[in-house]
Parts: sequence; structure tokens; C-alpha cells
Amino acid sequence: MASVTYENVYKRFGDMVAVDNLNIHVDDKEFLVLVGPSGCGKTTALRLLAGLEEISSGAIKIADRVVNDVAPKDRDIAMVFQSYALYPHLSIYDNMAFGLKLRKTPKEEIKRRVTEAAEVLGIQDLLTRKPRQLSGGQRQRVAVGRAIVREPKVFLFDEPLSNLDAKLRVQMRAEISKLHQRLQTTFIYVTHDQTEAMTMATRIAVINKGKLQQIDTPQNLYDHPGNLFVAGFIGSPAMNFFPGKLRKDNGRLVVDAGDFVVPIPEKKAGPYKAHADKNITFGIRPENIHDENFVPLNIDVEKVAVKVDVTELMGNEIFLYLISGKNTFVARVDPRSSLRVGQQAHVMFDMDNFHIFDAETEETIR
Amino acid sequence: MNRDRVNRILARIPTHLIVIGTILIWVIPTLGLLITSFRPVQDVNTSGWWTVVAPQNVSGPYVQYCASCHGADGKAIPEADLSDPNLIARYPRSLQLMAILRQDINGKPHMGDVPLPTSQEAADIAAYLRNYSSGQAGTARFTTSNYVDALVGYRGRASYFQDCREGTQALDLKCNASDLLNPRGMGRAFLNSLLVTIPATVLPILFAAFAGYAFAWLHFKGRFLLFAILVGLQVVPLQMTLVPISRIYAQLGLNGTFLGVWLFHTGFGLPYAIYLMRNFLGSLPSDLFEAAYLDGASHWTAFRRLVIPLAMPAIASLGIFQFLWVWNDLLVALVFLGGTTPVMTYQISNMVTSLGAGWHLLTAAAFLSMLLPMVVFFSLQRYFVRGMMAGAVKG
Repeated sequence: MASVTYENVYKRFGDMVAVDNLNIHVDDKEFLVLVGPSGCGKTTALRLLAGLEEISSGAIKIADRVVNDVAPKDRDIAMVFQSYALYPHLSIYDNMAFGLKLRKTPKEEIKRRVTEAAEVLGIQDLLTRKPRQLSGGQRQRVAVGRAIVREPKVFLFDEPLSNLDAKLRVQMRAEISKLHQRLQTTFIYVTHDQTEAMTMATRIAVINKGKLQQIDTPQNLYDHPGNLFVAGFIGSPAMNFFPGKLRKDNGRLVVDAGDFVVPIPEKKAGPYKAHADKNITFGIRPENIHDENFVPLNIDVEKVAVKVDVTELMGNEIFLYLISGKNTFVARVDPRSSLRVGQQAHVMFDMDNFHIFDAETEETIR
Repeated sequence: MNRDRVNRILARIPTHLIVIGTILIWVIPTLGLLITSFRPVQDVNTSGWWTVVAPQNVSGPYVQYCASCHGADGKAIPEADLSDPNLIARYPRSLQLMAILRQDINGKPHMGDVPLPTSQEAADIAAYLRNYSSGQAGTARFTTSNYVDALVGYRGRASYFQDCREGTQALDLKCNASDLLNPRGMGRAFLNSLLVTIPATVLPILFAAFAGYAFAWLHFKGRFLLFAILVGLQVVPLQMTLVPISRIYAQLGLNGTFLGVWLFHTGFGLPYAIYLMRNFLGSLPSDLFEAAYLDGASHWTAFRRLVIPLAMPAIASLGIFQFLWVWNDLLVALVFLGGTTPVMTYQISNMVTSLGAGWHLLTAAAFLSMLLPMVVFFSLQRYFVRGMMAGAVKG
């Protein structure tokens, strides 16, 4: 039970800057997810906190204590590894009891904690087995159990679900969320999977190229991405981007994407007025593009001419891969849509939900 | 489908032939040595070990040369009764037999008109008469006296038990269990070999495990250079260092001591042992060690609780190699221990006299020295097969 703070943290490997001026404050009992593409430095950030890597400069605090020079074992943290890292020669019980034994915890106390954790995770029957006799999901539970019994101040998870199959991943996701509610401890969780981040986190920190891009609640991150990278990373399928220009046309502000022109509704035009005649990137999420015949009520829409390239029926919706001039983009439309491959048609852009980014700084204009 | 199967079988024939051939090449001489080691010295000297499997029909030359006068049962001439063991004992070899055949009997040639047998035929006749007179013609004889003789270091003409029965044993033999520790025998040499081999196997493995862990998991400056130098030391031939080390040992008073041999074997075992241990430990997943450090393990705890159990396959294979190498080493033991505390290899090399006699003892001694390596190999070999790492990480 503790807060965690990164203050101006840098980590360099030779010339490579893996973590670039990271500033994050994680509150007590928070579930923070660090998310970003492979090699973005999120795992390094976690390993710095665990003490497995040394900080190049800056400070990391756990519960307001600077831990830069504290050995990993004295930081009162527990980590769950992507590879589980179970001790192959020890039984499941001994795997979970290993850390407690090294800390000279009394025997009865060890037994109590291990049995309790095993019950929480539903692995009571496996305690006498060896790791090699367990399935992937069971091993993952044991790895979590090994962290739980230590009763640490902070739990660290390093992509713990990426070795599991899709079904098991969904199930474990829910269980880790439940575990967080039950333990009421600070969780810091690293993943490259934005779905995991969205479903579990109380806050998400998006990291790219060692830099923190944005940190916010999942909903805010989705609705109000701070820059082009966050907008493209969060959400699946990803947001569609159209390079273009902001232009005044007959007194109205319009987005000129070359192949189509859409006017910005007057009520939303405020922040953009100062950016007229600038190069911008226009972004709109697939679910905000509708089939002409199935437009929800009470939204401002603009018509755009397209050609249907590919259709993917998902059952509850259809993904349309559309071509408009040199732009290709995705729309997520009502399953009743009758658009077919090769057809020339019109789709409707929901002009209540779009994003405009500065073409140079890639920051959101707002 | 049937043709496919025939083709598959045909395609495997060369492989099978080569495998079977290789096995035969190794097994047949070994089998010969094993059989020889159980044959009485007289049989070893007169006939090949394969005659055990198919007893030689050596009565042919006897029938051809002797039966006409001495009779089929050898009793035709009473004053020269060939079924009498005492008479036959005077002609143990073809040479003695040829000598009597060349002598005249009552002024006439022994053989009359019949030409003299060749020396091979004479040897066959002598062997046949010996077996026949002792009532064992055509049967293979086995004895364990070679092993006993080798164990107690018996060097006489008959056998240890026979000498003891007759009270004609050498001065250093007491004819009781204490003879097993006779300094000239393989029994004592076995103990000496154990005393040399066990520390000379344990020490390098222990040091190599420490060094392998350090090279693999401790981050210190220059470790790659140091490791490269250590591994490079393997090119130094052992023979080159015998003289300088022997001089150093002379100054330190280590010549002829077990400590000297232990240190020598440890030194020359280490480069390869470190190389093997480092590569094995380096291939363990780093997550395991990081998990242990987070669990509160120091380097020492990680070494004791993680590395030693996980490195058992490497330790076992290293143990087998180092054990066999030290156990079978003659040169180092000869130079630094010599005859004062002889090891088995030294003793074996002393079994055969300069005239080549005594190799019935040699075969027995060789099998005595093979016993322990076999036990070691078969008790540790399961570690080669079993994958210890299964279940550690996602697999």
C-alpha cells in the first residue's frame, strides 16, 4: 500500500535512451497500466522500479522514500514475469513460499499465507506438483500467487498474459481486476495490448520511444487523445487519419482532405479558428463513420463519397475498408448495411466526434 | 503402401549395418579381454579366448603323430603313460615336447619314420595331453584366481591361493585379508585412485560452478576478456607444464603428495569446466534469477538454492568427464605420485613384465579398474537424458 513516483527518470543504454524524462505519480491503490508498442521503454520503466536496472538519472520513490540505491529485495515489491519464472525444481508450494522462507517468516505464517493465496487463485490442488506438470494458465496463477503471499506494497506485472491463449487471457484479465479490488494495493501493469489496458486500468500511461505521451483514465484517453500517437494507439481498429488543411470556405471552417471536404459544425469550430490555413491531420474513429442508410438520430453528419474495397462481417457489425481518392480507411457500420465490394457509395462522418491534430507537432488542437 | 515399407526398411539397412559393425568392433575385443581374465594362466598362454566358445579339436595332431604307438587312450606304453598328469607336467610347452621328440629312445629316433610335428602341432598336442590327463579334455576352464592375484599383487608362477596352500608365498604376503592392502596389489591401488580422483573431481566442479555463475550473472568489468583468457588456457598442453610444476612442487614439498595431484588436476580441469558451466548457466532464463533477487535472494542464496539444483545436468556431465579423465590418467600420477602411492593405472602398467608374461593379470586388473567408472556412468547418465528446465518458463 503505497504511492509510486517517477521524477525526471532517465535510463540510457550506451547511446540509446530507453526512458526519457519520465514523470509519473501513481496514487495508493491505483491500477496503472503502462502501454506502448514493443521496445518503447515501458518494461524498462518497470524494471527500474523493481531495481533490476539502475537509473541513469532522476529519482523513483515508493511511499515517498527514494529507492534509487535500495536493493530489489528491500523495496517491498513483487513482480510477475511474462515468462512466469517459476523455479522448476521446486514444488508449487515451495515456489510460493520461497520468498517468505528467505525472509525468515515463521512456518505457520508461511503455510497460512500460501494456503490463502492458493484458495484465492483456485490452485489448492496443485501445491505438491512441479511447474512442468502445470498448464500455462495454472503457471500464471502460481506466478501471481508467489507475488500475493509476499504481501508487498506494490505489485508489478510485466506482460503477464501475453503467453496465454486468447480465451484464457480474457479470463485472467478479469481475475487480475478482481484481485486488485480484493487486495486494495497499488498495481503497476505493463502491456502492449491496448485492450488489456482499457479493460483493467484505473489510469493508463501511454509511452512511446521512452517518452510519456499521455496519462489519464481509459475513457478520457479514448475520447480526448492528446496527440496523434495516442489517438492511433488506443482503440481497435485504429482511428483513421487524413492529412489535410483547415480552410475558410464561405465563412465556414472546413477540413480539406484533398479528396473530400467536410465542414466543421459551428458549435465545435471555436478552437480551430486560430489555425485556419494550417496543415493538419483529420482523425475519425471507425465507429463514427456510418452507412448512409443507418445513421443514428440526432448527430451532425457529413457525406463522403467512397469505393468499398473489402468487407469483413463480424456478426454484430461490419468492418468496411473504404477508398476515397488516395486515402484508405476503415468504417465500423451497422450489420444491416448492404454495401458490397467494388460498390461506389456514400458514408456519413459523425461530425460530433472527430479529432484534429497539428501536422507539425502532432499535438491535438483544442 | 507395402512397397513404401520395403523401401523404408531397405533405406535403413546401411545405418543398421554401420551401427552393428561399430558395436561389434568395440564389443568383441572387450569380450575377449573379459573371457581371458577368467581363464587359468596355462590356458591363456596356450590357446585363444574364442576356444572357450568352440573348444578346439586338438586331438587331431595327437591321432596323427602319437596314437599309433601310445594308443588312442595314451596308455599303450606303460613306461610312458600319457594319461599320467605327473608325466605330462614335464612337457608344459611345445619346446619341451619337441626336445623329447628329437631325442632317441633305445638308440632309435622317437618318432621312427613319422616326420616331426610342426611347433604349432606340438603345442596343440601338449595342450591336448594336458587337458586329457587332467580329465578336462574339450571343456573350457574358468577361474577367478586372476582377479585375486591382481588384487593382492601376486607375482609368482602359480597362483596366490596355491602358494599360500603350499606356504611358498612371497615375503610381503600374509595370506590373510590384509593382503588386499598390499602396496603392490590392485586393492591398495584402488584406494589410492579413489583418494586421488574424488577431490580432483569435486574441486574443479565446485570452483567452475562459482566461476560459471560469476561469468554468467555478475556484471563486472572485463568479464568477457577474463573469460576468453580462461577458455584460451585450454590450448596449453599438460605435458609442457610437467617439468616447471614438478620443480615448484619440489620447492613446496608437494611431490609425491595427494594434494599436489589434486591441485594439478584441478588446474587443468578448470578451463573446460568453467567454459561448460558458464554456457550452461548463461542459458538459464534471466527471469529466474531476477525473480529470486526480488524474492529476497542474495547471490549466495541464488547460487545455492537455484544454480546448484538447476545445473545438475551440467555438473553430472562434467563430473563424469573429469572423473574418467583423472581415473584413467597415468602420466600425472606417474610424475607426481610415482610408485610410492601407486594408482590403478600405474599398477596396471606394471603388471606385464618386460617379457610380456603376466597378461592374464593385466586383463583382470583392467576390468577391476573399469568397475567404478561404469558405476559412475550408469548412475549419473539419467541426468543427460532428463530435461531439468522443463516447466521453468513457457514451453
